Amino acid sequence: MLERTVALTKGMGTTLKYFFTHPNETVSYPEERRQLPPRARWKHRLRRYDDNLERCIGCELCAAVCPADAITVVPAQNDPEHPRSPGERYAKVWDVDLIRCIFCGMCEEACPTDAVVLGPDFELSAYTRQAMIYHKEDLLEPER
Amino acid sequence: MLLTVVIDIVKSLILVIFLLTAFAYLTYGERKVLARFQFRPGPNRVGPFGLLQPLADGIKMALKEEIIPAEADRYVYLLAPLISLVVALLAFGAIPWGPPAHLFGRSIPLQIFNPNVGVLYIFAISSLGVYGLVLGGWSSQNKYSLLGGLRSSAQVISYELAMGLSVAGVLILAGSASLTHIIRAQDHYWFVFPELIGFLIYVITAIAETNRAPFDLPEAEQELVAGYHTEYTGMKFAMFAMAEYINMITVSGLAATLFLGGWHGPWLPPFLWFLIKVGIFLFIFMWLRATLPRLRYDRLMAFGWKVLLPIAVVNTMATAAFVALSR
Repeated sequence: MLERTVALTKGMGTTLKYFFTHPNETVSYPEERRQLPPRARWKHRLRRYDDNLERCIGCELCAAVCPADAITVVPAQNDPEHPRSPGERYAKVWDVDLIRCIFCGMCEEACPTDAVVLGPDFELSAYTRQAMIYHKEDLLEPER
Repeated sequence: MLLTVVIDIVKSLILVIFLLTAFAYLTYGERKVLARFQFRPGPNRVGPFGLLQPLADGIKMALKEEIIPAEADRYVYLLAPLISLVVALLAFGAIPWGPPAHLFGRSIPLQIFNPNVGVLYIFAISSLGVYGLVLGGWSSQNKYSLLGGLRSSAQVISYELAMGLSVAGVLILAGSASLTHIIRAQDHYWFVFPELIGFLIYVITAIAETNRAPFDLPEAEQELVAGYHTEYTGMKFAMFAMAEYINMITVSGLAATLFLGGWHGPWLPPFLWFLIKVGIFLFIFMWLRATLPRLRYDRLMAFGWKVLLPIAVVNTMATAAFVALSR
């Protein structure tokens, strides 16, 4: 009986101590932002070489490895005069459905040219399913 | 005569409006305090510091669809929340919230009425409140509601005896059951000091009486969905919530009156003292809720009958013996 009363008092003391001393844990999201971990894996990015050529050569390995079948790649032949990528082919279409994507990073690992990487853009919401499908134009790095 | 009636009506109106506002802001206060205990900011979006949150909740509640289950006993189902709320409001009538005020040469007592059995009146009325819960649980035709209602009746039976006896000591010391007399008897010292055990028993049983954590078995959401008010929506649900929170204020007010000298206190105006004392009890209610997990059903019964009741009996007898011998 006495033991339990002591335990109860101790518990009450603990909560009261935290009531007065412990700072709030909440991050009030839109106003405050938590620092993302440096290797956070969110929205895809398609990278370029320093000479502005696209790294993606349309090999479709990312689409093949994707466990969620979220990636669609349609390759096309490069125009020899104005090549889009250093290889024979480039990606005419490179779509990722971010509703299906599970952000596992397998595409990143499969990519032979390090063209696709997962970046830190995590604010992914839209009013329609169509708007959640990101196209090559949305994902490609701007020209330097 | 007419003037007395008018004064009584005005006083009652002020009290009802005050209690309903207090209920609204008690929900806000509870959410804020509980949030602080859990390191959260609590409601902070509606108005500055979220102060308009109760208003938003009220509008939301009023606009909700009123659902009556097809199998429900309609009249009893509709009556149950009314019983809870009316009884909760009635009980507060006998609690004095300040010394008699002097206005236009008249002395107006700051309580709705002063029965010479004030303590008994409050206990009688507040134990009627359980009818609201039992009938609400029974008429919903839902097994969880029924279980919640049954639990609340069993709980009240287990606790009311100890509660009554815990206060008996105060009645013996004051020599009266009128709340005004009890406060006057505490002019020199508060009854917490001679009646510390009675006070502790009263606080524990008051929590059980108002169905608050850790004795919130009638609405144990993990086992019973929401207990007796599972099937209630909109304003009917809000009325149960109002009853619960106003009961909290009532038992806190009674605790302040019986044990902490009511509105007695230095420097500050008496009404403010009363509010501060009630506020401390309300904070303890929230503090307990933030700390303790719910008791198991059978342990709650065992605690009421086998621990609290014997202690309360011994305490009452000791007080009676002390008063008898010191005469």
